[in-house]
Amino acid sequence: MKAPKAKPSGQDRKITWKEIKRQKVLLFWSAVFVLYGFIFCYLPLGGWLMAFQNYKPKDGIFHSAFVGLDKFEQLFSDMTFLRVIRNTLAMGVINLVSTFVMAIVFAILLNEVRSRIGKKSVQTISYLPHFLSWIIVTGILHDALSSSGIINELLLKFGILDQPLNFFAHPRYFWWIVAFANVWKETGWNAIIYLAAITAIDPSLYEAASIDGAGRWAKIRNITLPGIKPTIMILLLMNVGNVLNAGFEVQYLLGNGLVKSVSETIDIYVLKWGISQGDYALGTAAGIFKSVVSIVLILVANQLAKRAGEERLF
Amino acid sequence: MKKSEEAFVQKKYKTSVGSKVFTVLNTLFMAFFVIITLYPVLNTLAISLNDGTDALRGGIYLLPRKWTLQNYATVIQKNNLITGAAVSVARTVLGTVTALAANALLAFIVSRKRFLFKSQLSLFWVVTMYVNGGLIPVFLLYKGLGLTNSFWVYVIPGMVSAFNMLVLRTYMVGIPDSLEESAQLDGAGYMTIFTKIISPLCKPVYATVALFVAVGQWNSWFDAMLYNRMSGEYTTLQYELMKLLSSVTNQGASAESMKNAAAAGAVTPTSVRAAATILTMLPIVCLYPFLQRYFITGLTIGGVKE
Repeated sequence: MKAPKAKPSGQDRKITWKEIKRQKVLLFWSAVFVLYGFIFCYLPLGGWLMAFQNYKPKDGIFHSAFVGLDKFEQLFSDMTFLRVIRNTLAMGVINLVSTFVMAIVFAILLNEVRSRIGKKSVQTISYLPHFLSWIIVTGILHDALSSSGIINELLLKFGILDQPLNFFAHPRYFWWIVAFANVWKETGWNAIIYLAAITAIDPSLYEAASIDGAGRWAKIRNITLPGIKPTIMILLLMNVGNVLNAGFEVQYLLGNGLVKSVSETIDIYVLKWGISQGDYALGTAAGIFKSVVSIVLILVANQLAKRAGEERLF
Repeated sequence: MKKSEEAFVQKKYKTSVGSKVFTVLNTLFMAFFVIITLYPVLNTLAISLNDGTDALRGGIYLLPRKWTLQNYATVIQKNNLITGAAVSVARTVLGTVTALAANALLAFIVSRKRFLFKSQLSLFWVVTMYVNGGLIPVFLLYKGLGLTNSFWVYVIPGMVSAFNMLVLRTYMVGIPDSLEESAQLDGAGYMTIFTKIISPLCKPVYATVALFVAVGQWNSWFDAMLYNRMSGEYTTLQYELMKLLSSVTNQGASAESMKNAAAAGAVTPTSVRAAATILTMLPIVCLYPFLQRYFITGLTIGGVKE
C-alpha cells in the first residue's frame, strides 16, 4: 500500500474498513437519524409535487394529472391571496421592528438599573409572558380590550373616549393589537441575549468614559450600543427569514369575521383552503410560495450582511 | 485656574442631575413595565377567586371582593379539562424525555471529531431548519402514517429539532477530547462514553433543552386541533381551554345569557374561564423562576451561532 500523504486532520477521517468497524455504533445511529429525518423532514418536500397537479386524494400523488403552474396562476389571480400576502408582510415587518426595538431598549434600560435586587426581580417578571401559551395571552387580551375591559375603563376615565370602543371590531387596530401582543409576550425573553452581550462589554470602557465626563446617555450611545451591534445584526439576520412566519397563532386566535380582511395570513389561508376546503394542491402552492420567499429573504439578508462586513449566518 | 475648577464643579453637578433624572425616569419605566406585565395575570387570578355573580358588577382589579373556590371546583369537575390535563402531562413528560435522548445522541454523534460523516450529518439536519414541506404535505404524511387521531403525533414527529441539537453540539464540542480518548484506552465503547462520560458533564445544557421542549409541549394546541380534534380522548389542556374561552367570547356579547348562567349558580362562564386559565398556566409559572440560569445559558449558546 502507498503511504498516504500526511495530512493531520484528513488522516483521522479517511474512510477505511478499520475506521468503519470502529465507528459502527455511531454509523448505526446515524442511519437511524437519517431515516427518521428523511421521513419527517424531507418526505413532505415530495408533497410539493401536489402543487403542480390536479391532486385528487383517491388518485394519490403518483396518478394525479400534472397541470403545470395552473394552481399558482389561480393563486395569484385570487384577490384574497394577494390581500393575505399584504397582511402577512405588514404584520411580519411591524412585529419584527417592534419586538426588536423593544427588546433592545428594555435590555439597555434594565442594565442601567443600579439596584441588584430590583434588576433581578424585573428580569424574572419580564420572562413570565413568554411561558404563557398564545391561548392564554389572547384570552387575556380579549378581556383587557373588551368593551368592559380595563383599557376602555381607563380611556373613559381619562376622557379620551366618550363611550366604550370594541377594538376587535375595527380593522384599523388589528395589526397594532397583534404587535402589542408580541411585544408583551416576548420583550423580556428577547432581551436575554442582549443582556448577555452587554455583560460581555469590557467594564474599563465605561470607567474611562466616566473619567472623560461622559453621562449615562453618552455611555449608552457610544459604548453599549456599539458593543451589542454584532448581536443585533445576527439576530436581525436570523429573524428576517421568519418575517413570513410571523403570523399564525395570534391572528387565528384574535381574528374574527369583522377584521378578516386584515387578519388573515398565508398560514391561515393554507389552513382554510387546504384543510377545511380540501383543496390540497392550492394550499400546497401557497405554502411553497411562502417557503421560497423565506429562503430568498434569508439569502438576501445574508448577502447584505456580508457586503456590510458584518457577521453572517453562513 | 478658578474658572476651570468652577467649570469642573458645574459639569459634575450637571451630570449628577442628569443622572438623577435618568434614574427616576428609568425606575418609572421599569415600574410601568412590571405593571403591564403582571396586571393582566393578577387580575385573572383575582376574578378566578371571586364569586362569579359578584364579579359581573365589575370593579375587580387586584384583589377578589367576595372570596370563593367555587370556580376552581367547577373547573376540576369538567371531564374534558381533566382528560386534557392528563394528555398534556403525558405528552410533556414523554415528549421531553424522548426529545432529549434523541437530540443528545445526535449531538453526540456529530460532535465526535473522528466521526466519518460529521459535517454531512450536521448539514442534513441544519437544512431542515430552513426548508420544510409545509402544512398540507405534513398533514397528509401524518395521516398516511396513522399519526392522526393518535397520541403519538405529539411525541414522534417533533423528536429531533435541529436548533436543540446545535445547542447540545456546541456544548459537547467544548468538552476536552482527552476524556474520550482515555476512556477508549480503557476499552469503553461509544455508547458507554455517551452515557457515562459526556452526559453527566452535559447536565446543565440537558436541563436547558429539556426546559425548551417541555414548555413547547405544554403550551402547544395547534397540533391537537389539527390532528386530534375528532377524538376527544387525545386533545390537550390548551386546546380544551381554547374551546372554553371561545365559547365564552361568543356568549359574552349578551350580558343576559351570562346573568342567566349566574342565576343557576354562583359561577359564571367568565369566572370559570379565569380559573381554568390560572390552572393551565400554574405549572410553568411556578417552575420557571427556578430554572432561569438554564434558559439563559441555552439562549446564549444557541442564539448566536448557526
